Amino acid sequence: MTADVLVIGGSVGGLTTVEALRAGGFRGTVQIVGAETHLPYDRPPLSKKVLSGAWEQKRAHLRSQVQLDSLDVEFLLGRRAVGLDVDAHGVVLDDGRRLGYGRLVLATGLTPRTLPGTGSLRGVWSLRTLDDCAGLRAELLSARSLVIVGAGVLGCEIAATARQMGLDVTLIDMSPVPMWRQTGPVIGRALSELHSAQGVRVRMGTGITGLLQERGRVTGVGVDGGAVIPADVVVTTIGSVPAAAWLNDSGLALDDGVLCDERGRAATDVYAVGDVARWSEGRIRVGPRLENRTNAVQQAVFVAGDITGARHDYRQVPYFWTDQYDVRMQVFGLLPEDADVRLIDGTVESRRFVMVAEQDGQVVGVVGWNSAKAVMAAKNTFLG
Amino acid sequence: MMVTVEEDKCVAGGQCVVAAPAVFDQRDEDGVVILLQENPPAAEFERVRTAATLCPAAAIRLAESLRS
Repeated sequence: MTADVLVIGGSVGGLTTVEALRAGGFRGTVQIVGAETHLPYDRPPLSKKVLSGAWEQKRAHLRSQVQLDSLDVEFLLGRRAVGLDVDAHGVVLDDGRRLGYGRLVLATGLTPRTLPGTGSLRGVWSLRTLDDCAGLRAELLSARSLVIVGAGVLGCEIAATARQMGLDVTLIDMSPVPMWRQTGPVIGRALSELHSAQGVRVRMGTGITGLLQERGRVTGVGVDGGAVIPADVVVTTIGSVPAAAWLNDSGLALDDGVLCDERGRAATDVYAVGDVARWSEGRIRVGPRLENRTNAVQQAVFVAGDITGARHDYRQVPYFWTDQYDVRMQVFGLLPEDADVRLIDGTVESRRFVMVAEQDGQVVGVVGWNSAKAVMAAKNTFLG
Repeated sequence: MMVTVEEDKCVAGGQCVVAAPAVFDQRDEDGVVILLQENPPAAEFERVRTAATLCPAAAIRLAESLRS
């Protein structure tokens, strides 16, 4: 069949596109193709409340069945798109089916990077999907030691969750401090102290030489200098790549994601939103792609408006948050590693503060710990 | 329109307050959402829908039939 709008990707970007279309009065036919078998769910809780067990899996679902039914959308789940013919307006699925479209929205998200040669090793995990989360949680419940390779946002969150579940946790990264790329040296030092105070072994500036195994199961992580850190379970959080390999022969411009204009258009009648998309620069100078949930929603709303002819503002002030132990950190804008960071409220010791990051005399980012209202006020003052 | 919020899902992003300040506020101590009006007037519907869409934690639920 030919859907008026075909969405590839059944997570928050794809779902929000459809909801915004319907809210905007769009009455055409809509299909969503999702590689996972689950109905749309939210990923941020997977490293926190779902992993810890504080929430049942189903609490991560974004919408109830009744809400999804009211959208009048056909879900094709457990199916991957494997090819796109832009001229013919057609997508081929992994079961050989061919779907036509009037407009196509690409929202396939990310695929975690893995360590070479570890694909079949038991006890080694990435965390992207609900199934990853369930599998990892099951192993953590009977494990004593966890080594996390990669101290970005996800690695830090998993470290905090696992430590609070009682595991012996080691966090390893080549970077000088945790979340170096996301929040720079000043916040990174505070994070390092936070995790250390909670009993996590924080091994920054450390490269890994390989994983050790016995009978197909991981037993430890080799690090620079020859030491081995024993591990019942290893999680690799070493970044992700846009899930766009299936578009290699499509003729779309790909370069660390699907390249789009400032309205999210990748080709005639083709859009891309969320983690997989790389839009032209907005008002604030941004990195090549924004891997965060807020961006996925904002782009989805914008694209739906473009399809229905509505006018929406697309303002790209990047935002993300992370919860680790009793700290809720919120970041608006960017905190480049060479930015000049100064405290404007609170103290680092109290774990309640707001800082601004400046480059060339311009505020480029605002960060707060346990200061939700103050960080929002600072964002409004400095970033508009 | 009937609005409900799930406080334990809320991540204090403040998007709802920006979108619909007459309907949502944040607690001073932790920024968690405060629902000011469970049954907002029709003039607020569009802003409340925007708030629900933008909520980064899907913590706002609206009881109304979506237009389709």
